[in-house]
Amino acid sequence: MRLYAILIYIFLYAPIAFIVGGSFNAGKQAMIWQGFSLEWYGKAFSNPLITEALTTSLMIALTTATLSAIIGTLAALGLERMSGWLRHVFDALIYIAILVPGIVIGISTLIAFVSFFDMINPYLITAWNIRIEMGAWMVIAAHVLFNIAVVALLVRARLQGMDRSLVEASEDLYATPLGTFRQVVLPLLAPSILAGFLLAFTFSFEDFIIAYFVAGPDVTLPIYVFSSIRRGITPEINAVGTVVLMTSLVLLVLAQVILQRGSRTLKT
Amino acid sequence: MTAAPARSRAVTALLVAPAAVFFVFLLIVPLMVVVVFSFGERAPAGGYSPAFTFDNYLNLAARGKAFVNTLTLAPLATLLTAIFAFPMAYFLAVKVDPKWRVMLLVLVMAPFWTSQLLRYYAWIMLLGGKGIPAWLAYIGIADVRIINTPWAVLIGAVYGFLPLMVPPIYVSLEKLDKRLLEASADLGATPIRTFFQVTLPLALPGVATGSMLVFILLMGDYILPQYLGGGKVFFIGNALVDLFLQSRNWPFGAAVSVALVAIMFVTIFFYMRFVLGKTGTRRAALV
Repeated sequence: MRLYAILIYIFLYAPIAFIVGGSFNAGKQAMIWQGFSLEWYGKAFSNPLITEALTTSLMIALTTATLSAIIGTLAALGLERMSGWLRHVFDALIYIAILVPGIVIGISTLIAFVSFFDMINPYLITAWNIRIEMGAWMVIAAHVLFNIAVVALLVRARLQGMDRSLVEASEDLYATPLGTFRQVVLPLLAPSILAGFLLAFTFSFEDFIIAYFVAGPDVTLPIYVFSSIRRGITPEINAVGTVVLMTSLVLLVLAQVILQRGSRTLKT
Repeated sequence: MTAAPARSRAVTALLVAPAAVFFVFLLIVPLMVVVVFSFGERAPAGGYSPAFTFDNYLNLAARGKAFVNTLTLAPLATLLTAIFAFPMAYFLAVKVDPKWRVMLLVLVMAPFWTSQLLRYYAWIMLLGGKGIPAWLAYIGIADVRIINTPWAVLIGAVYGFLPLMVPPIYVSLEKLDKRLLEASADLGATPIRTFFQVTLPLALPGVATGSMLVFILLMGDYILPQYLGGGKVFFIGNALVDLFLQSRNWPFGAAVSVALVAIMFVTIFFYMRFVLGKTGTRRAALV
């Protein structure tokens, strides 16, 4: 049993070790070790294409996570107050947003908005001499759609686990509804909102397929990695990958610790 | 109607309004556009030109191989992933010191959330000619080809989705009352019998949740078949990228998308009914 577990960890981490190893390899050949070197890290972070893609991806992921956390939380709060068929419609939409494959989200967003832009751009050009195109902002919009659903599910699960008597106590003590929300509800929801934020961030930062369809001329880090793998990878990419890997490992452990803490405070 | 409920309703509406805008303009309308386009014709320069024809649907067989590959390999890979994930989840939930459980579980989950492209790329190297086949040749097993075969896609799928399959199974096993196992043993059941008659049925909801999650993601996957199938073992996702970004046949691509989503929803519907009937639970852990 223990041996099996060790084998599984090796299976899961061998490719990661391969990437990390490659990033410190002095040579360019992936399968041949030619000594330790940090040169690829220097090269990676002085390559404007890489830093630009990294900045674009960070910007997209941060915006997505912030918007999704806010809109998703609001939606969860609103859904709790809703009843009847409208609530069922919303529930269905949340599940559809999660179930429809990312690739179909990418495609439908692409063809709907490209057709729409083609329709209105002639007018925009004659009227104000501007035109709108696909780009990073479309990536954000599509990512937010998916992550609203994720955050709403997370926050709602916690709302349903929340002790109603706390809210009632606050109301009995003459707190305004907004006061109750700020001082009682929000602190209780904070862990799941934060967890949703982190999940949305990682999803958005990692997503290739949606961005591939809707990013237009903008290049995100996964798109850059994809195209450099196609051209023949250089260890530069491994260096960036290693940095990203370590960062997301830390974020993930952090999210887990926060969720654990959160469920403990909920119980006491 | 008094003022208070009306005001309360307005607050509710304001709360859900931003989400509703996203759902309408980035989900419902685009999906409707896909359906409309699927009845259209390819414009001479690519893209869409309005028409009403069923040709795109009648023509689906032209991409039949992608459908067949997806519909055989995705369920098979899901099953394999569940088989490999179960002992791991069991180990974490039952055998490991509770102190280390969460940490070890996070270590299983972590790879899924990072550098997917690079991790699959690493597998191209590991399974390619200079990787594992070369090592196998060294110990006398020559001429093994893994990369660009269905095997590579299956290995990649187990690798890629194990991190998603383990946690739900772990959750259902962790809740399992250990006294049931003791009771079963006390009553003279062999460990194997205890496993099939007690442990496995109780862990079924977790297996069901994990399998569904993995199946959904596999059905729409692009990177895994692209990298490990190398254009020889391709999925519906690869057909879609080709149709939209290379041959720019939007109407046909739209029909393929509609077919994919329809197949997914029908499968999930029957799967849910089957699972609900079997386990009587409705929990669905999504993350």
